[in-house]
Order: sequence, then C-alpha cells, then structure tokens
Amino acid sequence: MALVDVELKIRRYNPDVDPKPHWQTFTVKAEPTDRVLDALHTVKWEQDGTLSFRRSCAHGVCGSDAVMINGANALACIELVQKAAGPKGGRITVEPIRGLPVIKDLVVDMEPFFAQYRSVLPYLVNNDDPGYTERLQSPEERARYEDTTKCILCAACTTACPVFWGNSGYVGPAAIVNAHRFIFDSRDQAGDQRLDIVNQRSGVWKCRTAFSCTEACPRGIKVTQAIQEVKRAVFTDKV
Amino acid sequence: MAAVEIHQHRYDAVIVGAGGAGLRAAIETAGKCRTAVLTKLYPTRSHTGAAQGGMCAALANVEDDSWEWHLFDTIKGGDYLVDQPAAEIMCREAIDAVIELEHFGLPFNRTPEGRIDQRRFGGHTRNHGEAPVRRACYSSDRTGHMILQTLYQQCVARGVTFFNEFQVLDVAFAEGRLAAVVAYELATGDLHVFNTKAALFATGGFGKMFKVSSNAHTLTGDGPGLLYRRGVPMQDMEFFQFHPTGIYKLGILLSEAARGEGGILRNASGERFMERYAPTVKDLAPRDMVSRAIQTEVLEGRGVGEAADAVYLDLTHLPPEQIDEKLPDITEFVRTYLGIEPKTAPIPIQPTAHYAMGGIPTNVSGEVVVDGGGTVFPGLYAAGECACVSVHGANRLGTNSLLDIVVFGKRGGAAMAAFAAATDLPPLPDGVADDVVRRVDVMKSGSGSEKVGAVRADLQAAMTEKAFVFRSEDLLAGALSAVGDLQARYQEVTIDDKGPTFNYDLTEALELGYLLDLAEASVVSARARTESRGAHFRTDHPTRDDEHWMRHTLAARQEDGNVVLSYKPVVTGAYLPMERKY
Repeated sequence: MALVDVELKIRRYNPDVDPKPHWQTFTVKAEPTDRVLDALHTVKWEQDGTLSFRRSCAHGVCGSDAVMINGANALACIELVQKAAGPKGGRITVEPIRGLPVIKDLVVDMEPFFAQYRSVLPYLVNNDDPGYTERLQSPEERARYEDTTKCILCAACTTACPVFWGNSGYVGPAAIVNAHRFIFDSRDQAGDQRLDIVNQRSGVWKCRTAFSCTEACPRGIKVTQAIQEVKRAVFTDKV
Repeated sequence: MAAVEIHQHRYDAVIVGAGGAGLRAAIETAGKCRTAVLTKLYPTRSHTGAAQGGMCAALANVEDDSWEWHLFDTIKGGDYLVDQPAAEIMCREAIDAVIELEHFGLPFNRTPEGRIDQRRFGGHTRNHGEAPVRRACYSSDRTGHMILQTLYQQCVARGVTFFNEFQVLDVAFAEGRLAAVVAYELATGDLHVFNTKAALFATGGFGKMFKVSSNAHTLTGDGPGLLYRRGVPMQDMEFFQFHPTGIYKLGILLSEAARGEGGILRNASGERFMERYAPTVKDLAPRDMVSRAIQTEVLEGRGVGEAADAVYLDLTHLPPEQIDEKLPDITEFVRTYLGIEPKTAPIPIQPTAHYAMGGIPTNVSGEVVVDGGGTVFPGLYAAGECACVSVHGANRLGTNSLLDIVVFGKRGGAAMAAFAAATDLPPLPDGVADDVVRRVDVMKSGSGSEKVGAVRADLQAAMTEKAFVFRSEDLLAGALSAVGDLQARYQEVTIDDKGPTFNYDLTEALELGYLLDLAEASVVSARARTESRGAHFRTDHPTRDDEHWMRHTLAARQEDGNVVLSYKPVVTGAYLPMERKY
C-alpha cells in the first residue's frame, strides 16, 4: 500500500522547560491503515524522542492511550490514519484528554480519575458463604450487566463529558459505569450503598445526558444508557 | 552527574508487576504482611487483559472431564518437557481457582442452568486424546480482561498499596538473600529503594524481541532481564510459543476460541489443511503444530496475502449470532485493522510471537531456584509468564497461562507471606542504587549515533527471520551474530530526552537492553538443543531426542557477558513420553 504524508499537529508541554503548552507539527510517512499510535511512534522513534505518551497493548484493550484526536476522544491504537487524516493523508491534531491535569505532552494525571472509580465500591460484595461451587447466575441475569463489564478505564468517556470539564468533583461516567456493573449483578449485595454514593451531589444527577460519553467509548459501551439505568434505580429504589 | 533524589521505603514484601500473577499474589499477602505492588503501568493496563479465550479447569459442567485428563493434555502438549508434579498441582487446583474467581465476581458465561459454561480449546481432549473436550471456562472472548479487572477490584477492596508507574530496574542482595529492589518513578525521575524481606517478580513476557508479536509494547522482560544480569539463570529460553492466528502483518491475537467455536483454517485453494496434519482434532491441535502446519503451507506455495505468507481463518460458516455472542472483540479487531467482515469473508492470519515458556526458574511455591539442584534463593519469588515452573514444558496449551497466573500467583504470594512472617528485614547494602544511577546517567549522557527505535527494529527483524517457527544451525548462528552486533550498537545509543518527567525515551532504552540480553540467552539455548521438541523446531534435527534432551536448559550470564549453559533433569511422573499425534 502506498505511503501517504501525515502532518501530526501535537499539543506539547514539558513542565521542566515550557511556561505553557504549545503546538508542534511533525510530518511523517504512514500507511493509510496505520494506527494514529503508529504515527506517534514514528515521531518518537525517528524524529523527537522527547515526545511522551502512554501506550501498551496497541489494540484497544489496555486503555493506556486515550487522547483527543481532531477534537474527539479516542484510543490512538484504534483510530486509523485513513480515518483521522483521510485516505490520501493530511493533518491530524492530537492533544491530551481534557479535564485532568496535563503532566507532560499527552500524559495526564490519572489519579483523580482512579479515585472516582474507587469511590463507587468497584468490587463484588456478597457476604453469604458460597460453599465449594460457583454461585448460580442465569444467562439473562448476566446479560443485565454485561455491557458495563467491558470498561477498560481509559477515561475517554469521563474526559469527554462537558459536566466533568466544568466540575471535576463530578464522579463521572466511567465511575458510574463501574457502579452499574455491580448494581445490576444478581450476585451483589451492596447495591443500596452504591446507589447512595451515586445519589450524592457529585453523582448521577449531574449528568445532563449529552451522550458525549457514549460517543467517546472505544469499547462501544452504552454509557448514557447505563447512567440512565442507575438514575432510574436511585429514583425507584430498585434495580 | 545531576543529583538524583533517592527515596527510602521499608516493606515486608514487594510485588513487581500488576498483571494477573502480581495481583493474585497481592490478594494473598493482603492482611498478612505489609506489601507494596510496583508496576511500570497502571494495573489495569497489564497484558493479562489481552487474553481472550478462556481458562481451563475440569469442572465437568457440560460434559465428562477430569483433572487427570487435563494433566495428560498439558504434559503431552508440552512435549514431555513438563515437570509433572507441578503440572498436577496446576490442573488439580484449577478447579478451585475458577470457583474462587467466580466468588470474586468474575462474570463467566453461563449454561442455561446458571453454571459456568465451558468450550473447546486446542490440545484439550477427553480421555487422553479421544476428541476435543469442553474445558475452557470463559467470559465472551475477553476472559483475560475479566480476570485482570476482577483481581484488581479485589485488590481495591483489600486496600492494596500500589506504586503505579514505578519501573523496577534493579535488585540488591545482602547476606545471601534478597534485600532491596530499586525503582524509577516515571512521573518524577526519582529513584526509590524498597528495603524488603522478599520480592515476587510478575513482570510478564518478552515477546517484543520479535517483529510479528501479539505482545504489548511494554512486554520487554524487565524482571527476567534484571535478575539475569544479577546472576539468576534463565530456564528453557529456547521455547517460545508462536500462536498460529495473529492478524496478518500486525500480529494481534485472534483467539484459539475462534477455532474452538468452529472456525477452520484454509490455504489458498480453500483446503482445510489441518486434516492432513492432525486427523483427529484437526484445527484444534496444539499451537506449535498448527503454526508449523501454516508455515509449511506457506513454504510449499499454498499461502495467501500480498506475499503469499499467510493462510485464512474462516468463520463465515458460523451463525452470525454465535460470532456476536462468543467472539465479539476479535471480530471487531478484524473489522478495525483489516477492514474485513469476518461473517462474510475469511481472515488472513499468520503465526505471531506470543508466549515465553521459559523464564525465571521457580519451584511450585514460586521460590526462585538458581541451580540444577533446586537451591532456593531466599526472598526471591516469581510467578506468571516471567517464571518457569515448568508447567508448560516445550509448548503451552491454550488457556493454561491464565490458569498458571492465578494458581502460581496465589502460591507465590502465600509462600512469600509465610517467609516474611518468619524473617527479619535484611540490612540494606551500601550504594544500593548506585548502579541504576550510573545506568541512567550513561544513557542520558551518551553521544553515540544509534537510536533505540532502529536497534530494536533490527533485533525484532533478526529474531523473526532467524529464530521463529522453523530454526536451524545456520539460522541460529546468524541470529547470534546479529544479536552480538546489535549489543555493540546498543552501546552507542543516544536518547533525545534528558529530562526527569515521563521520560519514556530513557525507559525504552533500558528495556531494549533486557530484550537484547534475553534474545541472546534464547538463541544460545536454541542453538545448543539439537532436537525438535514442542515450539522449538530444528529443520536440521527434526525429531525429538529423549535420550539426550529430556532436560531443562539453564542459561547463565557470566561477569564477562558470556552465556554458559547447564542442564537439569525434567521431573517425570506417571506419563511416559510417546509420539505426539492428534
């Protein structure tokens, strides 16, 4: 396949030398079917080793490389050059996800995000002795929460949410998704506690149903629907 | 030399790596001893999360099964290089391990009766090879993701202490036992010395020494690499698994579950060629055999793809709803990266470097053993892919890696907690961080003309050309010479980033050093083994030679950099070596 020219316009910031963030443009050759991550690697490995970004699996399952590509959140390892720049090449802008403090270049501070995740009791609570065999769960019961088990904690949803940008105290879509995963699991016994947590001022009622989270989710989770289901559970006090 | 901030910590136990093995070990030590978990990533980024198909255990939920059959399959699949007592532990404890994961909340797929569902997987058979058996417990085609998430959730519930984005670069010994690990903090560039009674390494594999690889960019063998430099021998490094079905050119894994669900491999003329290589289990033969079959089809001119160097994985005959329900993620990878709809078109695939059977030698308690006589190095533990117990022998069966990490992560964690409870904190040697300070400084102050990316790419190309599915003396001699040249070029590497903050330029350079050393150990081990066994196939020695080679390799690095090989016997058991037919 023919290589195309790609102009990567990247938001740079190095706290050790830069007073504030700035844009820098690199030109690289790429195949249209390359990932945006591949183009970032070409910059880092061939042109400027100081460019910093997180990545690991490179195929959309580890959640390391959520960035903003052409103004929309995505994983750099799922977004292809032919989509981001067009099949004949062109410009791609890459910047850090919004709403979390930028540390260096595309690397943001993930600690506030994980603190929100931890706040919703993101683990199964069941105090009954299950004995030596598995707890039973029907395929239908499992289907009730399967969608939200797909979350990889990449933060694309939370950092696409306009409410979160304006109020970093908002627990955010990802934490609610993870609350949903347990609230609707038939084996779990802490649903009431979690509903109380997400019913707080920083919880689900902050959601304005903008659907930005659903559009941003690289795993195709119906995030807004999950939030609505949690709202309904809080409101009706039943799951 | 710029002053480096060095922070001091004291713990009873340190776990290095937070994938499945590290997290399972952390659950075990929680509440028993003060533990720090160090990971160069965030725990949920670990490559356990990329495992797809399942985790085998003879639950017999859907058809007759027994852990003895699982054991037999594991030993035969490993081409009799498996230590049988260790594999017996794994296959017996598999059942409790799966049940425990369910109790931890793992969302397994269920039978209509609500029990854990099971499906077929390569090399797993009923009654010693009669037919494929449904043994793999699974959660869609994201079983590893679910295991990683579930174990992390349980660590959150237990308040486990994590040091995220702390990259361990060295260990220190005192009084003949482990005394400290030294970590580099990615966010600041500071160093942290953890004075500890014990450390368990669970850093995963090193598949990034190959070009076509299913491995994450971060799988660079840090744990084995740094221990190897400190004198710990590496076991069975010649045995590296090439998974048959990587996405063409990219190497991204397409789970064996695709064939477990009924997928078929076809060559350029559409023939189901596995019928010729494994008449009984066909497409569900073990991975080493399927990868060789694919390469043979390609070499004999029946390949597909731009360079006729691939074959097809055909799912088009499966019901679309079965694909959506059981294989949603891998079919989405195919749509994303190849632009192909797997429901209507076959998928070009090729073998991809996948899994290191070899690594840090351990016993069944996760204790690191440093010689052929089973001598334990006090305080040093390892589990998961970076370790070699050896339960996988010369070729790991599909699903047994997820099993390995939970069974031996737990056993290693338990043994480490018991050790820590019975011992005092060792003294901290002087200058414990000196070597790391020096290595960082050398890398930052280098003035050579080589780049990390170029040296690494040449290493990956050489290993994929010369030390892949088919090997020979000529190829391996060429690989060794290439690695030697690359080690010389590595001395001339210069990095651009001299700063302290998220300097991945630096950490990638240090990681490349481990990949080079481990590649050398692998090639030297492979060159010496003049037979074909499991994943190690020599075209110049195409048969298994039990008389000379029923033994494990130990590769040790001497002070002068030379690799010295020694051997230790395989621990045999009830199953005697026989010809592997499927």
